[in-house]
Amino acid sequence: MGRRNAPEVNAGSMADIAFLLLIFFLVTTTIETDSGINRKLPPIDDENVEPPKIKERNIFQVLVRDDGQILVNEDQMDIADLREAAIMFLDNGGGKGSQACEYCQGKRDPKSSDNPKKAIISLQNNRKTKYKSYITVQNELVAAYNELRNREAQRLFNRDFTDMVKDFDNPDYPGNKDKLKEEIALIKELFPQKLSEAEPK
Amino acid sequence: MSKFKKKGEGGTPAISTASLPDIVFMLLFFFMVVTVMRDNSLKIENELPFADQVEKLDKKELVMYIYAGKPSERYQRQFGTEARIQLNDKFASVNDIRQFVLEERRTRREELQNKLITALKVDKETNMGLVSDIKQELRKLEALKVNYTTRDGDVKFNK
Repeated sequence: MGRRNAPEVNAGSMADIAFLLLIFFLVTTTIETDSGINRKLPPIDDENVEPPKIKERNIFQVLVRDDGQILVNEDQMDIADLREAAIMFLDNGGGKGSQACEYCQGKRDPKSSDNPKKAIISLQNNRKTKYKSYITVQNELVAAYNELRNREAQRLFNRDFTDMVKDFDNPDYPGNKDKLKEEIALIKELFPQKLSEAEPK
Repeated sequence: MSKFKKKGEGGTPAISTASLPDIVFMLLFFFMVVTVMRDNSLKIENELPFADQVEKLDKKELVMYIYAGKPSERYQRQFGTEARIQLNDKFASVNDIRQFVLEERRTRREELQNKLITALKVDKETNMGLVSDIKQELRKLEALKVNYTTRDGDVKFNK
């Protein structure tokens, strides 16, 4: 007359169940990090302050129209040529004397920008412009800046500017971060990103 | 009589699989912890445009999201097909952004409050008018850091 022992539960299938769950989570997991184009909006202007006068040759005006066509300084341009044109404008270095730009490799056309530090790209759009056209243009203009910055970083530090920024954001970067920060700031100073986003007309 | 008994009859002993569940559970917990379930259910179409000059947006605690796009099919009868803004789980108008940003700022730690980045997740077919309104509102609130969230890819795909 024995009290029967409770039969032991077979745990052999435990692994199977766990595997099933594991596979479910493996499939559903998306370790997503968003990425995008970082921009800084201009602060609201103080209406009492007169905006500084900018010479026309220092402005590269890009207008994105409703249908995605772009006008650069009022001439139509293909999107594929925009990057090249922006680089030519920024890298022109037509200034003389105190405005001169020693590191520019452009044509030094007196009708184009004096110095990358003075050159401004003004991006305008209509209210009916599609967001995708706008992003395309933004992307090309940022690419122009990145290309020039890469060139200078290669010249000065033998590496790409974009890699330097990536390293700086990497928490495990073994090198000297303070030094890297200074170097990034230096490159940014050579080609400051002056991309103004006007309100749509 | 040797002190060292000969072991077994040779052959390889079966590897114990008793610890297999433990290993699997460990992996399971890892994936359970890193899985992020989407916290906003989207009521709009949100197909982001492509760009290749992108920077990662990995400081999650600094980011607030503003979505915009056409209401998805389910909601079109109620809200029409004109592009709209979505904040958290609700459709919103441009005027609601102010409240939203202030609220988001309030929930962050103090030292982070002016480092917040606004991620604009805007459908690629949206008109820039709406985006400009959002940007204008953000400028008024001095939330100047924005990120146009995109998918990584060549801009050719934007056609």
